Amino acid sequence: MSDGVFQGAARPLLEVRHVSVDYRAENGTVHALTDVSVTLERGQILGLAGESGSGKSTLGYAITRLLKPPAEITGGEVLYYPKASRHAELTATGATPPTAEPVDVLKLTPGHLRSLRWKELAIVFQSAMNALNPVIDIGAQITDVIRTHQPKLNRRQRQARAVELLRRVGIAPDRLRSYPHELSGGMRQRAIIAIALALGPEVIIMDEPTTALDVVVQREILMEIIALRNELEFSVIFITHDLSLLLEIADKVAIMYAGRVVEVATREELKQHPRHPYSYGMLNSFPTLYGPRRRMTGIPGSPPDLRNIPRGCSFHPRCPLAFAACRTDLPLLRAAALQDAGQLVACHLYDPRYTSAEPPTAQEFAARYEAVYAEQGAGRSL
Amino acid sequence: MSIEPLRRGADAAASTSALSPSTSPAAPVLEAVHLRKHFPVRQLRIGGAPQAVHAVEDASLALFPGRALALVGESGSGKTTVARLLARLYEPTAGSILFRGKPVKGYNRAALLAYRRYVQVIFQDPFSSLNPVHDVRYHLSRPLRVHGHAHSRAQETEQVLGLLSRVNLSPAEQFIGKYPHQLSGGQRQRVAIARALAVRPAVLLADEPVSMLDVSIRLDVLNLLLRLKDQERQAILFITHDIASARYFAEDTLVMYAGQMVEGGPSDEVIQHPKHPYTQLLIAAAPDPDRPVNAPLQARGEIPSLISPPSGCRFHPRCPHAMPVCRERFPGRTDLGAGHWTNCFLYGEGDTGSTAATTHPGAGSPAKGS
Repeated sequence: MSDGVFQGAARPLLEVRHVSVDYRAENGTVHALTDVSVTLERGQILGLAGESGSGKSTLGYAITRLLKPPAEITGGEVLYYPKASRHAELTATGATPPTAEPVDVLKLTPGHLRSLRWKELAIVFQSAMNALNPVIDIGAQITDVIRTHQPKLNRRQRQARAVELLRRVGIAPDRLRSYPHELSGGMRQRAIIAIALALGPEVIIMDEPTTALDVVVQREILMEIIALRNELEFSVIFITHDLSLLLEIADKVAIMYAGRVVEVATREELKQHPRHPYSYGMLNSFPTLYGPRRRMTGIPGSPPDLRNIPRGCSFHPRCPLAFAACRTDLPLLRAAALQDAGQLVACHLYDPRYTSAEPPTAQEFAARYEAVYAEQGAGRSL
Repeated sequence: MSIEPLRRGADAAASTSALSPSTSPAAPVLEAVHLRKHFPVRQLRIGGAPQAVHAVEDASLALFPGRALALVGESGSGKTTVARLLARLYEPTAGSILFRGKPVKGYNRAALLAYRRYVQVIFQDPFSSLNPVHDVRYHLSRPLRVHGHAHSRAQETEQVLGLLSRVNLSPAEQFIGKYPHQLSGGQRQRVAIARALAVRPAVLLADEPVSMLDVSIRLDVLNLLLRLKDQERQAILFITHDIASARYFAEDTLVMYAGQMVEGGPSDEVIQHPKHPYTQLLIAAAPDPDRPVNAPLQARGEIPSLISPPSGCRFHPRCPHAMPVCRERFPGRTDLGAGHWTNCFLYGEGDTGSTAATTHPGAGSPAKGS
């Protein structure tokens, strides 16, 4: 897996650039993704966090080109940097270039897309119940992938590979002939991860892989994913609404709101100083197990209708720190502070062109949210 | 200590006398006493032994005005069955329910109607608990009419508007004519809460009331329920799989595993000093950004089949501290002080036997949960 001689450390693995996706509906176009850019580095776990409707799953599907009408990718590119040895299979020229040129996944022909999928880019779907075929045993579902993509292997070799994959994700080989309904939720999710691993992909997109599972099983699966990642050196795009989970496992987190990325930060940065008011609100929406028990406010209001996204910053109607410019001007992702260029935030509070005030501190965030909450509580419960 | 399974259970006066004066607000409104529920399973073979899902064994709890009790456990732990028994949607196999100290009897229409005048359920999924062909006014006016709180259209409108503003749906005039599909998940759950409030209940049974909602909306709804508890003195049973929100919401927490109650007490005590190995496992598995993800878990696996559950303590096949005695029988309750109790041989025999804790190897100090 690691013929990493070729890549410099700085070269990303997958670059999403300015991607927009619309769903065309009779009663208006839903702007599911607008101008989204994120970068996945080699070996990294990139977390995509957001509420339902924030576009996180749509982004996963756009990267794998699984979107079907009425969804339409209206712009942008998804650049994938393959290993030199694999480059030829993905490009029209068929030649191995001296330096690895990226391939735009959104422009691949169906044939090239086919050689990209599973071998380079695999996806683990949200619901383990629905992602497996209930009338075929899991062994056959794993060998099916291998047969399609590696036709040279014979039956026995495929079988051996399936057994090895199951063992790797912690399922006993004697379950090879089990049907999905004979497996528990956690085992099914493991089987799906085994299918994703079948061809040793570089990138695995995991769309809420643990959401339907109980906490203990969820923890086991997460530990399994991390162990496999360390062993096999693939990269992960981990999509979830559970930000507290990402703070444990993700190297980098992109927070999405109403189809846009509003903040990109490492998990330490996010833990220590979330910059975007929405990130702060999200982080403070999870009660904690330890520490003082205090009243939490959550985020007032609800996410916008994507057919009719508010002008300016789409979060401004719910933002306790919004000022005039937020209602008119769209904030773009930029470095949150001069001293570290890594943390990006799309918020006018960090833009000297809009405000000369110091960026808000955690105390200020808390006070403002509390104030909005008190005001609303008083106004509403009359 | 205010909420604990009643070991003697026969009479409510005895239970109130056991409460410590500091936290004893009043007599319990609703009590479950040694509730048991087995669901018969259809036989595949004629003449085979009758089988049943042993969903709940010996569940006892008490709810007090102005207090919340959280019932925590994984799916299959029996927590929803307990709620449905208390809501009298199921008839218990054994045990009884006491409302204001008096046993509740009868499953006929009149008896259930009288009971539901005081005890209401809030279901998990607001997308299926509201009828899509009826508007908000209909949902809220039905209980008002059925329970005789409103006698005219004018009274009805006035009370429906009042209910809507109590659940922070404002302007209420706009919401009264809306249909479920015009509302967001959070708004629907507020309507469901308003519907429960319409009968002017004393007890709310909230079965995972925020699990289906978006993250940023959960706290809003949770805080609404907190207000109903603190200001309107509702007694609330809060069922959740999220042990952190149990700590946030409820004064007391009960932990269930595979139909058995294994630990309970004041929420902070249970969560910060968990004693039962299962409680420790639940807490170790909960997301916690301050802990490395690969911190090892003490146990693995899932809840066993409840058709033929493990003997004795049902956690023993997964328990890192299991002893031979755990296979033989379920331990009695051991009081740990300050209202905290657990059913685990690591801490003693419980109240069924003598204090024989030291005779078992491994007793004393199990691994910490955090």
